Amino acid sequence: MDEIAIKVENIYKDFRLPHENSGSVKNAFVGLVQQIRKKRTYETQHALKDISLEIKNGEFFGIVGRNGSGKSTLLKILAGIYQPTKGNVNIRGKLVPFIELGVGFNPELSGRQNVYLNGALLGFSEKEIDRQYDEIVEFAELEKFMDQKLKNYSSGMQVRLAFSMAVRAKADILLIDEVLAVGDADFQRKCFNYFKQLRKENTTVVFVSHSMDAVREFCDRAVLIEKNRVVMVGETTKVADSYSQLFINDSPKGKIAANAKQPPDQRRGAGGVRAKSVTSRKAVYSDKDDTVSFTTTLEGFGPNEYLMTGLRIKNAAGQILQETNTWNEKVKIDDLPAGETCKVSWEFPNIYSDGEYIIDVYVYAYAEIIFDLWDDALKFEVRRLRRDGALVTPPGVIKVHDTKKE
Amino acid sequence: MKQKIQSIRARYRYSIILLKQLVKTDFKIRYQNSVLGYLWTLLRPLFLFAILYVVFVRILKTGGQIPHFGVYLLLGIVIWNYFVETTTGSIGSIVAKGDLMRKVSFPRYVIVLSVSLSALINLAFNAIVVAIFMIIAKTEVSTSVVFLPLLVLELFAFSLSLSFLLSALYVKFRDIGFIWEVIIQGAFFAVPIMYDFSIVTSRSILLGKIMIANPIAQIMQNARYMLITPKTQTVQSVYGHDWALLIPVGIVVVTCLLAVAYFRNRAPYFAENV
Repeated sequence: MDEIAIKVENIYKDFRLPHENSGSVKNAFVGLVQQIRKKRTYETQHALKDISLEIKNGEFFGIVGRNGSGKSTLLKILAGIYQPTKGNVNIRGKLVPFIELGVGFNPELSGRQNVYLNGALLGFSEKEIDRQYDEIVEFAELEKFMDQKLKNYSSGMQVRLAFSMAVRAKADILLIDEVLAVGDADFQRKCFNYFKQLRKENTTVVFVSHSMDAVREFCDRAVLIEKNRVVMVGETTKVADSYSQLFINDSPKGKIAANAKQPPDQRRGAGGVRAKSVTSRKAVYSDKDDTVSFTTTLEGFGPNEYLMTGLRIKNAAGQILQETNTWNEKVKIDDLPAGETCKVSWEFPNIYSDGEYIIDVYVYAYAEIIFDLWDDALKFEVRRLRRDGALVTPPGVIKVHDTKKE
Repeated sequence: MKQKIQSIRARYRYSIILLKQLVKTDFKIRYQNSVLGYLWTLLRPLFLFAILYVVFVRILKTGGQIPHFGVYLLLGIVIWNYFVETTTGSIGSIVAKGDLMRKVSFPRYVIVLSVSLSALINLAFNAIVVAIFMIIAKTEVSTSVVFLPLLVLELFAFSLSLSFLLSALYVKFRDIGFIWEVIIQGAFFAVPIMYDFSIVTSRSILLGKIMIANPIAQIMQNARYMLITPKTQTVQSVYGHDWALLIPVGIVVVTCLLAVAYFRNRAPYFAENV
């Protein structure tokens, strides 16, 4: 069981991106001369740097990373579509890549003909498809449509047909790139069932996804790729957490310091009243803190009435965990003459899981005129001993009742 | 031996499956939405013959001393069309399949080979029409016709080799498309498709020697010699020596080796360069 299915050793991948000359006649001649003298300028883009990985037989292995981190390039190198600039890839067994569903589908052909064409790309001969044809059609629920041209299919029908083909693929190793991004809930359920089946069959699967839920649920191990390098390999939960963390630490949001002020001109809103500052009672809350609390300072700039201010708490992935405002909580807030300030304090039960959180602040008048929208105003951390990857961690009340003999 | 065949079949199984589907798809798409469909593969050369016959045999009379000049022309144009269809069809084929190549890893030569095979099937249909007119015209078939399969093989290999070269070059230099167009237009006159070759040799034997060294011209003239009339001038008759055949054949072999080497060298990088 512990045999290595995929071994990747010190892979580098560079892409050369030539500088495009604009299409004028003069530049065409300049380009010709440069081409001949081999002086054409290009930029080298390092898509992957020193990647090493070992994926075991029967493992469900996740590749996570932000857009542009290089994970798709890695997948394509594993699939043999790109050649590494340096380094080795060893693959044991038959490999089928799903970079996209329905590869090679031709809109001008009928559903039936497309099944044979796509089947050929998956390595099925005509006879083999003949044998499975009815099952494929039935699974895709497209019995009535197989002799229609594919261009007359809805996108949902195309995806169903493509997926029905994909699950037929017999391989030792499957590479799956973000297939879950398409389709409705029903389709996703089918996908998940397929993944469960793959797990049962002990197929080696390399799975690229942005959905940490899917990665957590299916992957045995995962790798986090960031800035074209391996940052972390190992236990799925940890990798998924680190992935979420990236969005605070390094994205533009990462520049939010605790209690920072953002110049008003970078914010949206009419500006009759602005949030001057936001502070948190603590930069890091722990298990001992029952509540988290913040204070916003509002400052009047122009005429204003019927003020309303609110606050939003988002997790690292940008999901809004909590939002409330003075109207919801039926708190009255007085008009604020220009130049004067007022403080608003907020307190919430500390139900947050281990991780980092971001606060948005807003000020409205009449609940519809935007005075100030201050996104990513403040960052705070929660550190807990429990790290189970749950979205929130509210205290639970659990009781065990006495066992009695009936 | 049986084992060896089986292992070769296993190795090329994927390529063969893919090739079959690509050729089939090509035919289905080509004749889609046409009322007569596959019948056009026969009708096209038929109409072509009618036009050639009226223009060159009845009106312009470029045939000179050549008997059965109508069929003579038809055979030439059928061979020429095969060559043009293969090479121009192949040039952009790798680039056109760029999207597919970025998603599946399959042997890249399959793309180019499928274009050649489609054209070869077309050639077979055209050959039927040629054969019919040969029977009607009662052409003088030479005993050397036994070598016809070798001639077809040479045509196939030469066209395919050029296709490999052109399609791989086209990935990097799109100018190749225009350059090849010009070459084809020039070659249309440099190859004795529409005229009796003695027009050339009677004026300059050197020019004739150069022109007949072109594999396409050599194949065309040899095919006419075998199938239509022994009065056809061939590379052997122009040079006055049987070994002269080795010049065009040598060109084919060299092109072949070059093409295979270049294509194999470039193929792994097609996906990222197209």
